[in-house]
Amino acid sequence: MLAGAGASGPTPVPASAGDGAVPPGGRQPDSPTAPGPAAPPPPTAASGPEASAPAGEARGLWTDAWHDLRRNPVFVVSALLILFLLVIALWPGLIAGQDPQRCELGRSLQGPSAGHWFGFDTQGCDVYTRTVYGARASIAVGVCATLGVAVLGTVVGGLAGFFGGFWDGLLSRLTDVFFGIPMVLGAIVFLSMVTLTGIWPVVVVIAALSWPQIARIARGAVLTAKEHDYVQAARALGAGTPRVLLRHILPNAIAPVIVMATIMLGTFIALEATLSYLGVGLKPPSVSWGVDISAASDGMQFRNAPHILFYPAAALSVTVLAFIMLGDAVRDALDPKLR
Amino acid sequence: MLLEVQDLSVEFDTRDGVVRAVDGVGLALAAGETLAVLGESGSGKSVTAQAVMGILDSPPGRITGGRVLFQGRDLLTLSAEERRRIRGERMAMIFQDALSALNPVLTVGFQLAEMFRVHRGMSRRESAARAVGLMDRVGIPAAARRAGDYPHQFSGGMRQRVMIAMALALEPELIIADEPTTALDVTVQAQVMDLLAELRREYRMGLILITHDLGVVADVADRIAVMYAGRIVEQAPVRELYRRPAHQYTRGLLESVPRLDRKGRELAAIRGLPPSPSRVPSGCAFHPRCPVAREMCRADPVPPLYQVRMAAEPAADAAGRTSACHFWKETVGG
Repeated sequence: MLAGAGASGPTPVPASAGDGAVPPGGRQPDSPTAPGPAAPPPPTAASGPEASAPAGEARGLWTDAWHDLRRNPVFVVSALLILFLLVIALWPGLIAGQDPQRCELGRSLQGPSAGHWFGFDTQGCDVYTRTVYGARASIAVGVCATLGVAVLGTVVGGLAGFFGGFWDGLLSRLTDVFFGIPMVLGAIVFLSMVTLTGIWPVVVVIAALSWPQIARIARGAVLTAKEHDYVQAARALGAGTPRVLLRHILPNAIAPVIVMATIMLGTFIALEATLSYLGVGLKPPSVSWGVDISAASDGMQFRNAPHILFYPAAALSVTVLAFIMLGDAVRDALDPKLR
Repeated sequence: MLLEVQDLSVEFDTRDGVVRAVDGVGLALAAGETLAVLGESGSGKSVTAQAVMGILDSPPGRITGGRVLFQGRDLLTLSAEERRRIRGERMAMIFQDALSALNPVLTVGFQLAEMFRVHRGMSRRESAARAVGLMDRVGIPAAARRAGDYPHQFSGGMRQRVMIAMALALEPELIIADEPTTALDVTVQAQVMDLLAELRREYRMGLILITHDLGVVADVADRIAVMYAGRIVEQAPVRELYRRPAHQYTRGLLESVPRLDRKGRELAAIRGLPPSPSRVPSGCAFHPRCPVAREMCRADPVPPLYQVRMAAEPAADAAGRTSACHFWKETVGG
C-alpha cells in the first residue's frame, strides 16, 4: 500500500521545530485523510522547489487559497497588471518623463508620433503622460473608497450580526436607508454642494453610499460564524466578547467581505470616471482618466481625434477589468464549494 | 461539595410558546468525583450543562429558577465578567465534536497557547511551550510539530485530545464533558475515556460526563443521574443503578442494551418516543411509555424524588439514591 510509507513513522523534522512555531502544512503520520495521491511524485507538477510540496497535503483556508491562486492564470495576469498599475500610480515618473500639466496649445489634437505615441489632446498636452499620471487619482480613489467601505461595512454589519435583536434592527434599517439612495444621484447632489476639491470628497461620497452592500454581506457572514460550536467553546473556556469577535468570528467571516471589496474596487474606479465625466468628480487641473474622457467628449472632439478618448478609456477599462478578475479569482480560491 | 445545582429550571422562547427544557433539576458533585448525566436527546442534559457553565444562548433561553453553587458561591448571582473569569480557569467544558469546537483558521498550538495568554498573561513564547507540553500530556505524538497544524489536519481522536488539553490547560476544579466520545469510533472512544479518567485522577478534578451511552459511563462514573423530559428521574451510584434500577425508565434503558448472556433473544426496547419538550405529559412524564403505569402516575403532581432505601443493602443508603417513580419499591424488587 502506498500509504504505508506515510504511516510507518514520523517523517524527519527540521531541528528548528522545537518551539511550536512550525509553519503549517507539515505532513502528519497519523492523518486519516489524503494518504494515496501524495505518495508518488505528481507527474503534472511544475519543476522547481515548489514541486516538492505534495498536492494532497492538508492546509489552512488561507494557505489553500494561496496555493490555488498561484496556479490560476486569471489571478496571475490580473495581479501582475495591478502590481504594474500600483507602481506607476506611485512613481509615474518611471515610465513618463514629462509633466502632465505642461501643454502646448499649438500641438492641439496632433496625432501619435515618435516620442509622443499617444498624440496630443485638445489643450496640447501629451496623452501618454496624462494617461500614466491619471492612474494615480483613479487608483487612489478606488483603494481609499474600498478601504472605507470595507471598514465601515464590516463594523456596522458585523455588530448587527453579532449582537442581534435591537442593535441588528437599528443597524440593518440604517443600512437599508443608505442602500436606498441611488449612487449616482446621491453623489451628484452631495458633490455639487461641497466646495472642496481633490479626491477626498469623491472618496467620501463613494464610501458613504456603497458600504451597505458590504454591511449586508458581513452581517450574514457573522450570523453564520457565530452559530459555530467553536464560538461557544471559546466562551466556555473563558474568552470575553472582544476576543470572541476579533479572534474567532472576524477571521471566519472576513473572506466574503474581501471578495466583495476586491470586485467593488474596480467598480469604484469606474465610478470615479463616471462622476468626473459628469463634472462633479475630479476637475481639472486634477489629472485622472475620468477628467480626460470628459475633456475628450467636450464638443465631440474625439470624432476628429479618436486617440484622445481611446487611451484614457482603454486604461480605465483594463484597470477595472483587472480588479474584477482579481476579485473573481479570490472568490473562487476562498470558496471551498467551487474547488 | 464542589458543585451543587438546586432546583434549576431553564425555559426557551419558541414559536410554540415557552418551553421548559430543564425543570427543577438538582445535582451534587464532590471534588474529584465523576457524575454521569444520562439521557436521550432533548432530555435537557446539555442545557443543564450550558446553564451551569453560563453559556446558555439567551435569548431564547433563560434560567427561571434555582441556584448553581460552585464551591459555595451561587454562580447565577455573579456578574457576566466574574463568570467569564471562572470559565476556563475554574471550570471548563469539552464538546462533542472537536472539529467544530476548534477554530478552523487557527493552529491548535495557538488556540491552546491562547488559554495561557488570556488567563495567565503569559508571553507568546512561554505559552507556546506550555501548549506543546499539554499536547504531549494528552498523548499527541510529535506534539512540538503538530502544534503548528490546523484542527482539520488531526484525526478525530487526536482532535478530541486537543479539546481535552484545552479544557485542562488551567487545571480547573470542574470539567463538564458533553458527549465527549459520541463523534468517535468505538476503539478511539475507549482511549479517550481512559485518558479523561486518568487526568481526572491526576488533577483531582470533578467531572460531569454527559452522555446517552450507558456503556461509556459504566467504568468511569462514580454516580449516575438519569434525566427524562427535563427532570432527573433517578440518581444512584453506578453499581447500584446497573444492578437494581429504581425507575422504570432506567430499567427500560438497561434492558435495551444488547448483552452477551441474552444472545439470540429479541432485544427489548422502550415503546413509544420521548415527549416533545413543548408537550410533556401530565404527572410522571414517562407514564405513556411505562409498563407499570397506574392511575396515580397519569395525574399531577409530578412524582417527588423518593429516597431509595433497601433493607438488603444497607451500604447503599448513605449514597443517597433517589427515584422519581411512585413504584420504586416494585421496580427495585422485581
